[in-house]
Parts: sequence; C-alpha cells; structure tokens
Amino acid sequence: MAVEQADAIIRVRDVTVRFGATEVLDKLDLDVKRGEILGFVGPSGAGKSVLTRTIIGLVPKVSGQIEVFGVDLDAANAKERRAVERRWGILFQQGALFSSLTVAQNIQFPVREYLKLSQRLLDEITIAKLGMVGLAPEVADRFPSELSGGMIKRVALARALALDPELVFLDEPTSGLDPIGAGDFDELVRTLQRTLGLTVFMVTHDLDSLHTACDRIAVLGDGKIIAAGTMAEMKASQHPWLRSYFHGKRARAVVGSNTGVV
Amino acid sequence: MDGNPTLEQIARGNGLALCAAGSWTAPFAPVLERIVAEAEALSGTRPNISIDVSAVAKLDTFGAWLIERLRRSLTQGDAEATIAGLSANYSSLVDEVRRVKDPEPAQGGGLGLRAPVERLGRSVAGFVDTIVGLVAMAGAVMAAMLRVLLHPGSFRLTSTIHHLEQVCWRAVPIVMLITFLIGCIVAQQGIFHFRKFGADVFVVDMLGVLVLRELGVLLVAIMVAGRSGSAYTAELGSMKMREEIDALRTMGFDPIDVLIMPRMMALVLAMPILTFLGVVAALYGGGLVAWLYGGVDPDAFLLRLRDAISIDHFTVGMIKAPVMAIVIGIVACVEGLAVEGSAESLGRHTTASVVKGIFFVIVMDGVFAIFFASIGM
Ligand SMILES: Nc1ncnc2c1ncn2[C@@H]1O[C@H](COP(=O)(O)OP(=O)(O)OP(=O)(O)O)[C@@H](O)[C@H]1O
Ligand SMILES: [Mg+2]
Repeated sequence: MAVEQADAIIRVRDVTVRFGATEVLDKLDLDVKRGEILGFVGPSGAGKSVLTRTIIGLVPKVSGQIEVFGVDLDAANAKERRAVERRWGILFQQGALFSSLTVAQNIQFPVREYLKLSQRLLDEITIAKLGMVGLAPEVADRFPSELSGGMIKRVALARALALDPELVFLDEPTSGLDPIGAGDFDELVRTLQRTLGLTVFMVTHDLDSLHTACDRIAVLGDGKIIAAGTMAEMKASQHPWLRSYFHGKRARAVVGSNTGVV
Repeated sequence: MDGNPTLEQIARGNGLALCAAGSWTAPFAPVLERIVAEAEALSGTRPNISIDVSAVAKLDTFGAWLIERLRRSLTQGDAEATIAGLSANYSSLVDEVRRVKDPEPAQGGGLGLRAPVERLGRSVAGFVDTIVGLVAMAGAVMAAMLRVLLHPGSFRLTSTIHHLEQVCWRAVPIVMLITFLIGCIVAQQGIFHFRKFGADVFVVDMLGVLVLRELGVLLVAIMVAGRSGSAYTAELGSMKMREEIDALRTMGFDPIDVLIMPRMMALVLAMPILTFLGVVAALYGGGLVAWLYGGVDPDAFLLRLRDAISIDHFTVGMIKAPVMAIVIGIVACVEGLAVEGSAESLGRHTTASVVKGIFFVIVMDGVFAIFFASIGM
C-alpha cells in the first residue's frame, strides 16, 4: 500500500467525466481530510452523485487521478482494491438494498463476506446497527419492499456502517427522513465521527445537516468545485449561487432557529 | 493496527477485574468473540466483576457490543458487573449499544410433519389461485376489447405496432430456422423408417398432416412463450416493482388498456403469421430432405402433398394459433402483474410465465384435438 497522506483521505485531481458529449465534471480537484465531515452541495444535476460514483470507481473518468486512503484505485490490483473497499461504506441515493434479502441479511451481507462470526453475534450486531439508525429490531425480518422510503434510507445507512468503516459516502442521507429523524441522523454521524474517527463525504441538500453535522462544505457548480470551506466562509462568499443558497428564504428560516450553532 | 486484543483476568480482593487491551475492532471480531465467550464462563463465580477498558487502543461497535454483552452476561443474580475506565470518546458509543435489547431466542419449529403438509396445501391453493387469476385476466382483457370496439379511437395503435415488431418481425428468422430444421428431421426420420416397408412416399402425407395440424403451431407457440411471454412478464414485472403501474393508475389510465391490450393484440396477430411462416419453412425443409435424401423429386412431392392434405388441416392449425396467443399472453401478463418488490420474485415469475405458458398451450392443444375429432375436421 502506498504511503498514506496524513491529512487527505480522498484526493481528487484534474478529474474529467463525460457522458457522450455532455461534460459533467471538468478538471475537478477536491481533498477530503481524515476525520472530517464534508458536506457536498450543488444544484440538482450538477454531478454530485456522479463525482461520488467516480471516486468509488463506478463511473469511468476521461482523465485525472483519484486516491482513496493513499491508493490510486486505477493502478491498484484486485487485492488492494478489496482492502480499500473493506474500509469504506456507501449509502446510495436510492438505497440500493438487495431486494431479495431481508433487512437483517442486507446488513449482515458485507460482514459475512469479510469476517467469520457466529450467527448469534451477527444477529446482535444487526440489532445494534438497526438501533443506531433508529429502527426497531422487528424490522430485521422484513424485505426492502415492505419498508417506507425513510426506513430504506436508514437500513441502507446501517448496511453502509456494518463493518465500522473509516470512510463513508452518503448520497442525500437525510432526504426522505422526518426532521426529527434527520436531526438524530446528524447526531449519529457526529457521534461516530468522534468515537470512531469516521470520515464522512456527505452529499446533501439539508441546510440543517450542513449547519449541525458538517465541518466543511464544498460546492459543485459547472463541473468544478466553486467554493470549499467552513459554513462561515460559505456565508461570506459573494458567489451568486452561494448567496441565494445560504441566504435564501429557506436558509434564513434555518439560520434563525439555529443561532448559536454556527 | 494497534495490536491484537486481549482480556486479562486480575483478582482484586473478592472481586475480579477484566482488563481489556488492544484493538477491539471489526477486523478482530472473530478473536474477540472467542475471548468474550471464555470470559462469560466466569459468570456467577465472583460477587463483583469490573471490566476495565482503559487500555483499549481502539474501539468500534463490534468491540463495544462485545464488552456490553460481557457485562450483561456477567450481571446475573446479585452479581453486578461494571465497565470502568471508559474514555469520554467511547462512552457515547457504549451508550449506543447499551440500548440494544437482548435478542429473543428463536421460536422452535412445529412438528416435523407440519411443514410438508403446509407446503402441499399452499401449492394446491396456489394452483386454484392461478386459475382464478387467469380467468380474471381473461375477463378484464375481454372487457377492454369491448371498450375498444365501442370506442375504436381509444385503441393504442402505435404501441401495438411497436410490440408487433418485437414479437413478430424480430421473431421471424429464429422461428423459420427452427421449424425448417424440425421439418428436415421429421422427413428424414419418416423416410428412414417407412423405407423398411417400402412406404417412403407416405412420408409426404405424414409431414403434411403433422406440420399443418400440430407441429407448426405447437413449436411456434412454445417458442413464442419462451421468447415473448418471458419478455412480457419481465417488462410488466419490473414496471410493477418500480411503482410505474401504480403511477399509471393514479393518472387515470387502466394498465389493462395501456399495457396489456397492445401486447395481447400484437401476440394475437403475430401467432398466425408466425405459424404460417413456420409451416411453410417446415414443409420446405421436409421437401428438401425428401428430395436429397429420399429421392422424392419436388414435383412428386407437391403432387403427393396436394392429395394428402385438405384445406381443413391448414384451417385447424390457423384456428389454434390465435387461441394459443391468448393463452400465452394472459399467462405472461398475470405473472408480470404478480411480481412483488424483489428481484428474486421477478425471476421466479418470469420462469413461471414460460413454464405455465407452455403447459397451458399443450393442454389447449389436447382440448382442440378432442374438439376437432368430434366435429370430424
Ligand atoms: N449514466 C448516465 N448517463 C448519462 N448522463 C448521466 C448519467 N448519470 C448522470 N448523468 C447526468 O449527469 C449529470 C449529473 O447527475 P448527478 O446524478 O450527479 O446529479 P446530482 O448533482 O447528484 O443531482 P441531485 O442533487 O438531483 O441528486 C446530470 O445532468 C445527469 O443527467
Ligand atoms: Mg444525486
């Protein structure tokens, strides 16, 4: 394994992604530091999900370089890739639960693959993970098609966290959750970051999450990172999209109720 | 990594301290599970046991849960186990897992005989459900047909043409190839065996009657069930899975009109065309083999064929074709709409669509055989 940079757990350099003639990402640079919660925002269709999938290796890039945990995934062999994949967890925008497995089997699936544990411990860990994401143990035996939209999100999060990864990618984790659930979720991410030293790459449109959970915010627009920094820096920015995003009507409502947090 | 996890036992007065050290994390979970299971055996030996975690280098949910589980199993009767030396960082993690309730022991299964009897009962009920489902779908399609007759403007022509291309035009090459080959094989076998008693030329009678009445339509129906029936089921099933059919309903469309009628119409038109082409290909193949292998030249073949078969044989095959199409289409649509949320269910229903489709095609063929025999056709 290559030498790990102490600071950057994800290092994206000059990455360009195209679908046919449309350029979604254009020479994009981004660093995610170890142990931080990075909120990633941008207009719908800007390419946030595409960037997430490119980092994970699901979308091919035209040019550029991506290192995760100091490993260049393009250059890595199968064994190195697996070692990296063991250390990250991913929550897809649509949940992507395995529809023919129960909730419990979904959560146990990655654990079974990497660790030889007794069924008893697997079941207990499953219940613990479900509890962490705010679901009752009874949900464990249901199939994904029998869950509500928000529950699917939670189970998908529990699956992403199943192996206690060091890095999680969350694509709109709080969309579809009720505000209380979303608040608990932010709390949970914070707790995990404190205790496990988790690094979080979170695509979100939830201003509350950005305020309470995120250490740093990066903004994607026109295929590039147009700004990155703390909430205060974002608010001070003069960029028109940032101004309307952080100072719009909805943003004011949130800021008003959250004074003191920022 | 920060070293293998350990759990040391240190006697303290009449109590016991269990000192945990090392990494209590997921990669070590199998080792940890063993260590904790050993320590759980101490339950009830000492009045108070404390679990000292101050030397733990790394802790995650796996480790935290195992420590919590150890604490619970050591806390039995009046013996109380405590967790000591928890750093502020990790205490919230332990609090998280502390909320986990003890899993209830799994319920034991019933009597040994119950499961197979239950399965048998379910499959019988399932068969009845299948028949009811098919009849209901047939009724719904017929009602939709009536609606189309009353309001011809509501017929979805574009969609029907699209499906016609899929199930008819694109199926022509494979259907003709397979029926051609079957025609060749039947002729070759016929000549080979009939030659023994000098009845070579009757192979033309056999080929004509067999292909026109039975083989042509049956082969084509089986191919259509495998090719188009499965496609219908998979299309409708994945639409059902993604709530597309519910979306149609809420917009005021009847899925029967929008999705099923065009497919059924396409199939009903396609089957006779494919059957006709299939019959031609089979006769052509048979004639070719009769000529090259059996020495029956084409003129003799045609003359013999004209004598051997009547228009009735052709009509019988052509009457059966659209009925087979209806059977295949209805089975495929019922199975498609029965798909539930999972990918596995989609696979199961697609398989069932083909198997049931072919089964009902053969049953129908038997019914037709009796019918035509009794009306002397
Ligand atoms: N497989 C694909 N083929 C073609 N275009 C694609 C594909 N995937 C994404 N795109 C395009 O890339 C652009 C970025 O999509 P992406 O899903 O990343 O948006 P997003 O920023 O995540 O938006 P949202 O906030 O709505 O989730 C969109 O214009 C989309 O149409
Ligand atoms: Mg997205």
